[in-house]
Amino acid sequence: MVDVYINSKFVGTIDDSVLFVEDIKDLRRKGMISNEVNVYHNLDAHEVHVKTDEGRARRPLIVVKDGKPLLTEKHLEQLTQGEITWFDLVRQGVIEYLDAAEEENAFVAYVEENVTSEHTHLEVTPGALSGIATALVPFGNYNQSSRLIIGSKNQKQALGFYAANFHLRMDMDANILHYPQYPLVKTKIHDVTDYDQHPSGQNMIVAVMCYDGYNMEDGVILNGGSVQRGLARSTYFRPVSAEELRYSGGLVDEVSVPDKEIKGYRTERDYQFLEGDGIVYPEAKIEEGNVVIGRTSPPRFLSSLDEYNLSVATRRESSISLKHGEQGIADFVVITENEEGNKLVQVRLREERIPEIGDKFTSRHGQKGVTGILLPPQDIPFSTRGIVPDLIFTPHGISSRMTVSHLIELIGGKVSALNGRFVDGTLFEAESEEDLRNELLHLGFAQDGTEMFYDGRTGKQMLARIYVGNMYYLRLRHMVANKMQSRARGPIQLLTRQPTEGKAKEGGLRLGEMEKDTFIAHGASLLLKERFNADSVVIPICEKSGLMGYYDIRKNNQAISPLYGEDSEMSSIEMSYAFKLLLDEFRSLGIYTKLNLKNKY
Amino acid sequence: MKKEHEEIAEKYALLLPPAALTEIRETVPGTISKEKLEQIFAETIAAYTAARINPGECVGLVSAESIGEPGTQMTLNTFHFAGVAEMNVTTGLPRVIEILDSQKEIKTPTMEIFLKSEYNKIDAVRKFAAAIKETLLGELVLEYALNIFDQTLRLKLNTAMLADFSLSVKELVKLLKPKTKGFTIEETDDSITFIKKGNKPEEIKEIYALKEKMKVIKVKGIKSIKQVLPVKRDEEYIVLTSGTNLKDILELPEVDAVRTTTNDINEIYMVLGIEAARQSIINEVNKVVEAQGLNIDIRHVMLVADVMCSNGAVKGVTRYGVVSEKASVLARASFETPIKHLINAALEGEIDNLSSVVENVMINQPVPLGTGLPGLITKLK
Repeated sequence: MVDVYINSKFVGTIDDSVLFVEDIKDLRRKGMISNEVNVYHNLDAHEVHVKTDEGRARRPLIVVKDGKPLLTEKHLEQLTQGEITWFDLVRQGVIEYLDAAEEENAFVAYVEENVTSEHTHLEVTPGALSGIATALVPFGNYNQSSRLIIGSKNQKQALGFYAANFHLRMDMDANILHYPQYPLVKTKIHDVTDYDQHPSGQNMIVAVMCYDGYNMEDGVILNGGSVQRGLARSTYFRPVSAEELRYSGGLVDEVSVPDKEIKGYRTERDYQFLEGDGIVYPEAKIEEGNVVIGRTSPPRFLSSLDEYNLSVATRRESSISLKHGEQGIADFVVITENEEGNKLVQVRLREERIPEIGDKFTSRHGQKGVTGILLPPQDIPFSTRGIVPDLIFTPHGISSRMTVSHLIELIGGKVSALNGRFVDGTLFEAESEEDLRNELLHLGFAQDGTEMFYDGRTGKQMLARIYVGNMYYLRLRHMVANKMQSRARGPIQLLTRQPTEGKAKEGGLRLGEMEKDTFIAHGASLLLKERFNADSVVIPICEKSGLMGYYDIRKNNQAISPLYGEDSEMSSIEMSYAFKLLLDEFRSLGIYTKLNLKNKY
Repeated sequence: MKKEHEEIAEKYALLLPPAALTEIRETVPGTISKEKLEQIFAETIAAYTAARINPGECVGLVSAESIGEPGTQMTLNTFHFAGVAEMNVTTGLPRVIEILDSQKEIKTPTMEIFLKSEYNKIDAVRKFAAAIKETLLGELVLEYALNIFDQTLRLKLNTAMLADFSLSVKELVKLLKPKTKGFTIEETDDSITFIKKGNKPEEIKEIYALKEKMKVIKVKGIKSIKQVLPVKRDEEYIVLTSGTNLKDILELPEVDAVRTTTNDINEIYMVLGIEAARQSIINEVNKVVEAQGLNIDIRHVMLVADVMCSNGAVKGVTRYGVVSEKASVLARASFETPIKHLINAALEGEIDNLSSVVENVMINQPVPLGTGLPGLITKLK
């Protein structure tokens, strides 16, 4: 007797559990019950679990009966003719979806040749063990699994043609690659997913070599000439938005060119790009500080209205302007209404992004790198045939990471470009490396993919033959233009008087605890003091009470002791503002911290 | 050493550490000329002065960084080999933390027992290992039968195991007798029965308590030696144990007390004293460092061990140990539990002389190290 559970709820018992389970599977394959029902027979616990609920990850498998897969040549023929679809196969019970539990009872053959009478299922394709993004890595079965994961993660960050209606959309941080291409070395998944409709990379000529160390430590060297011709060029879109908020008392924000009388009015220059409606005009080149959407808000406190009740100009300025280090061209303006019924103005900024030093590139094999230099066209190494690489990749990236697929793709791409055909690199079903090499040989190139190269600067022949070919390279969304920042002095935090943090606030780079330790370890105490004096402050200390005094404006800014008034000697002491804050906090704890002053010398 | 040589040695005695002096005394041949000896001393002193750390050199932080940085590369947990007859010892970062925090209860206490050469034969080692393993009565009992009406407890014994341990039921009874007052004992070939003396109220409490007590009675071996594993290491048999009891093991006649050791530093401190504990800290940290394939200069570890043992007891590098002895309130408060330290300092009216590093960083004054160390000697008028 075996317990039966439906969706983990006990419903009853059954005597012949094996038959019961078989019946359910049979009914499902016949289409009598939903194909989303899965059944799991736990032989050890004497339980049968029938699952019909949501949230189970399931995967398709070909059903095997008596050592023969149900999927026949005839099915395949019909499929290619377009007479039936995948879902017809599911309906016919040729293919079924198993969840993790039912898989426990299944015996799945990996390839058709392995099928025995004991098998219950056959994989649809051996590549089914990877996900879609991972299957986009060509020759993936030549790699360590972790590199495949990195490779597929990189692809998700690639710039491409993400939507055909991008020019009508207001996406946050959208990038469009200017001349996206379909990869020469593809996988079946590229076809299945209509990759040609939304490609996200370009086929580049890649040379694996060093060139003056500009590609050391995972750098890449770009051909400046190729970049000028539009290689990996992209456009960056970013919306700026403003809403007319409603406040209590019927007061509302107003999108308009702010009046000069208004509180917090900036300079006229800042408003120069605004049209009459208070919104920037399309194709205006906006820079840091320029107002994109002019807006005024009602005064923050109503009481302030009373003071100047005659004047109307008590509205606040609340325009949206470009922050530190931002720029762009106003591309497209939308005026609409949001969920709360407030007027919403959105301006999309556009910026052309030409590859520059510091931009990130990657192949599809987890071999990402940052541009080290844009070589001027005349300095690029060239092959005997006059071929010039678009990108120079470092050989040191291969040895430790062992991404063999990277090397094979290069050969595959070369064959593809020379022969005018696509090369298939599908996981476990790729064209053989040997065939590709032989094909290369027949095309009149060296079998190992190397070619003789000349140094572009000296014209001298290089001592080593260079491994060169075509590869699908992706430009990643991490661009220096979005990240680069520096500061010598700038804004500070109100509470601690220490420099602000983060790019948006024009902040500094923190010299943290461990960095501080290195200064001390070097014995550079005076340098440390200098580095940490950003919040340095001079405070009058009462020599009698050891408390912080204050300057009294009525007594000619004389320092006054909080305990002894004018009857105490006050000394000006330099300390960090953070310490002054600490002393304040001590007092709030009820601790009387008395500073005993002593001459340093 | 000759008298004239001794005079020269006397002259330099204050300039050299005792260890260096002794070494010169022991290695220099007696036939050496006075000039040569003078030269040896001069060169030794030169080498010694050159090797000395300069005043104001921040040794503590350099050690901290030199241990801390490679520490980040340590694999957090080592692999566990299921089913392999190998002792599983904590290594890696957890072990380093254990040592440096001077934790009282370490995760995997183990001993390495070396034997005197006459016992170093495989049979003798096996016998010794079996003899020191702590065996509890509970391990020998197959079945406990409680009878509430008769107030009896019958232990059915595993005779095969008894034979393994060369124990007879008689011996067991002899062992148990003093521990079971109030019960009479009856024995058969494979069982022992305890019968309550006097009146017999029908309750389970007393015999149940007896049953629980029986389980943990030590029959054989040395307390807290839970497992033994004789292994061969360089032509010699040693016994690894899980569980440690340094004091009792060292008293056994077979044991080579000089080399036998445990990884429980606090136990070493209790049994062998602070110098042994200091050396043990160094050895144990070094073991981990070597196992992880790291490269840490031993002097950094020695410095930490010195700090931990500096006042005669092993103190961990924790807020209760080394850090609690810092002179500065601000320094203590900046480590852990600041409020506690500040309030206590306020209650006691503690004075912070701002004489060390952290305090001075806090108030943005030069730290008294390196370039911040020198000051004016001349008094200002």
